[in-house]
Amino acid sequence: MTRPTDFTLRGALDALAAREISAEELARAHLDAIEALNPRLNAYVAVTGERALERARASDARRARGEAGPLEGVPLGIKDLFCTEGVRTTAGSRILGDFVPPYESTVTANLLRDGAVFLGKTNLDEFAMGSSNTTSAAGPVENPWNRRNDPDTRLVPGGSSGGSAAAVAARLALGATATDTGGSIRQPAAFCGIAGMKPTYGRCSRWGVVAFASSLDQAGPMARTVEDCATLLRSMSGFDPKDSTSADMPVPDFAAACGRSVKGLRIGVPCEYRLDGMPAEIEALWQQGLEWLREAGAETVEISLPHAKYALPTYYIVAPAEASSNLARYDGVRYGLRVEERDGDLQDLYERTRAAGFGAEVKRRIMIGTYVLSAGYYDAYYLKAQKVRALIKRDFDEVFAASGAKVDAIVTPATPSAAFGMDEKQDDPVAMYLNDVFTVTANLAGLPGLSVPAGLDTQGLPLGLQVIGRAFDEETVFAVGAALERAAAFEALPAVMAGKTARAAG
Amino acid sequence: MSYTVEGSTGAWEVVVGLEVHAQVVSESKLFSGAATAFGAEPNTQVSLVDAGFPGMLPVPNRECVAQAVRTGLGLGAEIHLWSRFDRKNYFYADLPQGYQISQYAHPVVGEGAVEIELADGARKRVGITRLHLEQDAGKSLHDQHPSKSYIDLNRSGVALMEIVSEPDMRSPEEAGAYLTKLRQIMRYLGTCDGNMDEGSLRADVNVSVRKPGEGFRTRCEVKNVNSIRFVMQAVEAEARRQVEVWEEGGTVRQETRLFDTARGVTRSMRSKEEAHDYRYFPDPDLPPLVLEQGWVEELKAALPELPDARRARYARDFGLSPYDAHVLVLEKETAAYFEEVAHGRDPKLAANWVMGDLFAALNRTRRGIENPPVSARDLGALLDLMGDGTLSGKLAKEVFEAMVETGQAPGAIVEERGLRQVTDTGAIEEAARAVLDGNAGKVAEYRGGKDKLFGFFVGQVMKAMAGKGNPALVNDVLKKLLG
Amino acid sequence: MSLDADTVRRVASLARIRMEPAELARMEAELNGILGWVEQLQAVPTEGVEPMAGGGAVSLRLREDAVADGGKAEAVLANAPDREGAYFGVPKVVE
Repeated sequence: MTRPTDFTLRGALDALAAREISAEELARAHLDAIEALNPRLNAYVAVTGERALERARASDARRARGEAGPLEGVPLGIKDLFCTEGVRTTAGSRILGDFVPPYESTVTANLLRDGAVFLGKTNLDEFAMGSSNTTSAAGPVENPWNRRNDPDTRLVPGGSSGGSAAAVAARLALGATATDTGGSIRQPAAFCGIAGMKPTYGRCSRWGVVAFASSLDQAGPMARTVEDCATLLRSMSGFDPKDSTSADMPVPDFAAACGRSVKGLRIGVPCEYRLDGMPAEIEALWQQGLEWLREAGAETVEISLPHAKYALPTYYIVAPAEASSNLARYDGVRYGLRVEERDGDLQDLYERTRAAGFGAEVKRRIMIGTYVLSAGYYDAYYLKAQKVRALIKRDFDEVFAASGAKVDAIVTPATPSAAFGMDEKQDDPVAMYLNDVFTVTANLAGLPGLSVPAGLDTQGLPLGLQVIGRAFDEETVFAVGAALERAAAFEALPAVMAGKTARAAG
Repeated sequence: MSYTVEGSTGAWEVVVGLEVHAQVVSESKLFSGAATAFGAEPNTQVSLVDAGFPGMLPVPNRECVAQAVRTGLGLGAEIHLWSRFDRKNYFYADLPQGYQISQYAHPVVGEGAVEIELADGARKRVGITRLHLEQDAGKSLHDQHPSKSYIDLNRSGVALMEIVSEPDMRSPEEAGAYLTKLRQIMRYLGTCDGNMDEGSLRADVNVSVRKPGEGFRTRCEVKNVNSIRFVMQAVEAEARRQVEVWEEGGTVRQETRLFDTARGVTRSMRSKEEAHDYRYFPDPDLPPLVLEQGWVEELKAALPELPDARRARYARDFGLSPYDAHVLVLEKETAAYFEEVAHGRDPKLAANWVMGDLFAALNRTRRGIENPPVSARDLGALLDLMGDGTLSGKLAKEVFEAMVETGQAPGAIVEERGLRQVTDTGAIEEAARAVLDGNAGKVAEYRGGKDKLFGFFVGQVMKAMAGKGNPALVNDVLKKLLG
Repeated sequence: MSLDADTVRRVASLARIRMEPAELARMEAELNGILGWVEQLQAVPTEGVEPMAGGGAVSLRLREDAVADGGKAEAVLANAPDREGAYFGVPKVVE
């Protein structure tokens, strides 16, 4: 019998349905694995074991009554950016203090509705700002993978959803929720050798998700297969009248789309994604991926997205600007941390609270955002970035145009490198920002993007390919992603994972 | 003569513009479903959106948008079918999100105008620059604790309309008349209750002074003035202060000031000293507000009659004097009361009773027209009793006083007190004969040519009949008997 | 454009983040690095381009005007670092 932590989500649902395992056993196996490995990986910031077992038993009871939901009994990790009712939510920051939300985010409520069991809250970069999961107030997350010839160097899992990615990769959850503002689902998924989907902006409600940059933030799933991501996304999605940017669109059966043929699809290959100095193995993997798709009957087409190269600097104006405003509510008055001096005034309280509550990267972004919105600089920075953003979107509109479309999907590398060491790139913010160079365009244009594990680099670290699709055409994205997955037959395993106790201790 | 402030260097003209914050009449808040009612227990009308909790998102209220559009239509203003909500960023204890959602760059309503009336009968047009929707902040209480301020978020997120005027006013009177007119229009529309005691209407008053013929000089903003009288006083006080500054060789600095109502002077606001940089940008939680022309047309078609139109109608259809028409339309409740009394009756008589006896009774009883001691229906019935001869004018006044006192209908009072006027000529003749018989000397004088004595006989007969004799019949009978 | 120390101090004050001199100096260098890098956007011709503000292209949905929230002062106040009865407490604000 398969070890419970080795199930795919689909496999676990089948086993649960066949009564080969109970939700309680499944949850317990994962909680045991978390207990064994989390002290090293730090993937979870809070484990809600009692609650998980209770819900697993309730799930078993529902299944026994024939009331099983689509995710009945599936144990998941929840990024600690989603507000969870009665469970402390930190956003990876000190500033939220002991904040316990009196509400459940729409996405997590949808998952609970469908029978999911939450194991705990997963670690993340503070306020989802980062690409390495080293900025969390709860400490860094370690990537369960190691370099083959340098196994002692601890690597980052990517970020900001590093805890979710590490947990799924190390078999500490069957799947996890994550969010993606500039690549925070796809980049850590690629670094940890799993699949991660950022859906179209508006597909998942943002209600109850701690905001980073409202016009870019999207929730999405992480899992070990493309189909499992599709299954999770179906439950997470849906129109929410409480979010004015939520799309009132039907939610298709995404998992069914994973079985679709890619024959006849036109796959765009943007020449601007061929970066100077990009490692040859990344380029090679990209070409391999395109070849796999051609073998499956798709046609690959060279396209141009002329403004894509401006996406990253655009993002680093737009996202901090919105963040500087979104994070103004953390002021030590209604919830969270408060730091005050005796006889200090309100201004002093604000300044001390925010100085103590925010980490260096968050402060940097608040400062940048405050500056680019301030009088005299707004036009040069923020307005300019908004215009370039419009051009970036227009580039995509043209290749995806409803009539006379050049392509049905775009395939690119997911990241410009494999996972790096925890001590690397920490001194230069801009070098760190370049991690998102391939992913950030989809956020700016609001398009769905999927990262699929497709191979290993020469160090034995996973590399991902990214599929970008039309707005609200996640189905084609899943179809192409699943085709890549089938062709890649990615079966490598991380060094640290449940059941691999020999390495787990190291 | 136009208003000026006399300084040592001569006359100064005053330039005034108003930014009025009017609380929108709605059940729930602009972006949340929490209630807007005044006077609730602290923090009980607060949603987690209003309190700025993590991950909470704004969803706009259709009625608040409709109210802004109605107000714009009532001000004859341009309705922008495309507008947008921006964030105005600043930190304050009663601003939970750290920003106010407002319409900075693209307001829902553009240019319009109102016409104001001045005491000398002159009319003047005051331009409206714009009207936009925004959130109110919470309330800080500074007097509950020696070293702390207390925050109540009940108001946080309540919809406000900010109505910005052109700097078209030139005197305290004009500023007062403008605010009065704005309040009147919104009350007619039902878009703002205009209740200044509850803070439903506040004004930021922009004042500058200049020598006649000059361009504008630096202005100061007197914040949050909460009555029409205080607006007028603030204009006067601030204009005087600025004249002094200029004449002493100083320079008026653009700043935010407060009006000290106790001392009647304005003073600089310390807390607002720091340079503002509100970092406005489009609220990424809210797509643009796009209205359909058809919807705007529907709102327009359903607008009630506004005071200017009503005043014109009273003059045209009822033959009321401009002054009477003006007074009757000032408050829409008064106009409604008047119209009910006038319906099917002599409108001039109705106007006289409303503006005379009723207003006096309101004053005396310290009640408002919305809660009058005599209902419009009862006053109408009283007029009917005069019309059919049941009551003389004099008796009617008596009955009216009894109505004020008891709240009873006029018919009941007439029956109960036997106040019905006597129209029986036999009874009148009997009383008249008795009076003439008892005053033979005066009768002789009258017949000798002392016509003035006729009034004496009328008075005596009325007295003898306890005031109930029909005055016309008493006249007729006396003339006949003396003739 | 590059920031000087005064501007960094002013921005920190606007953002209500207390910064010691050493932190201000480090921040100045980092911000200038980032701003220097985003400077490349100035090369993009954007004349006549409508700025893109939000994520979705849809227009606002409006909700009906009904009281459907509030009445939960406990939930609103429960996380407050300084709760004063039915109120939030802050150091006295002088206007």
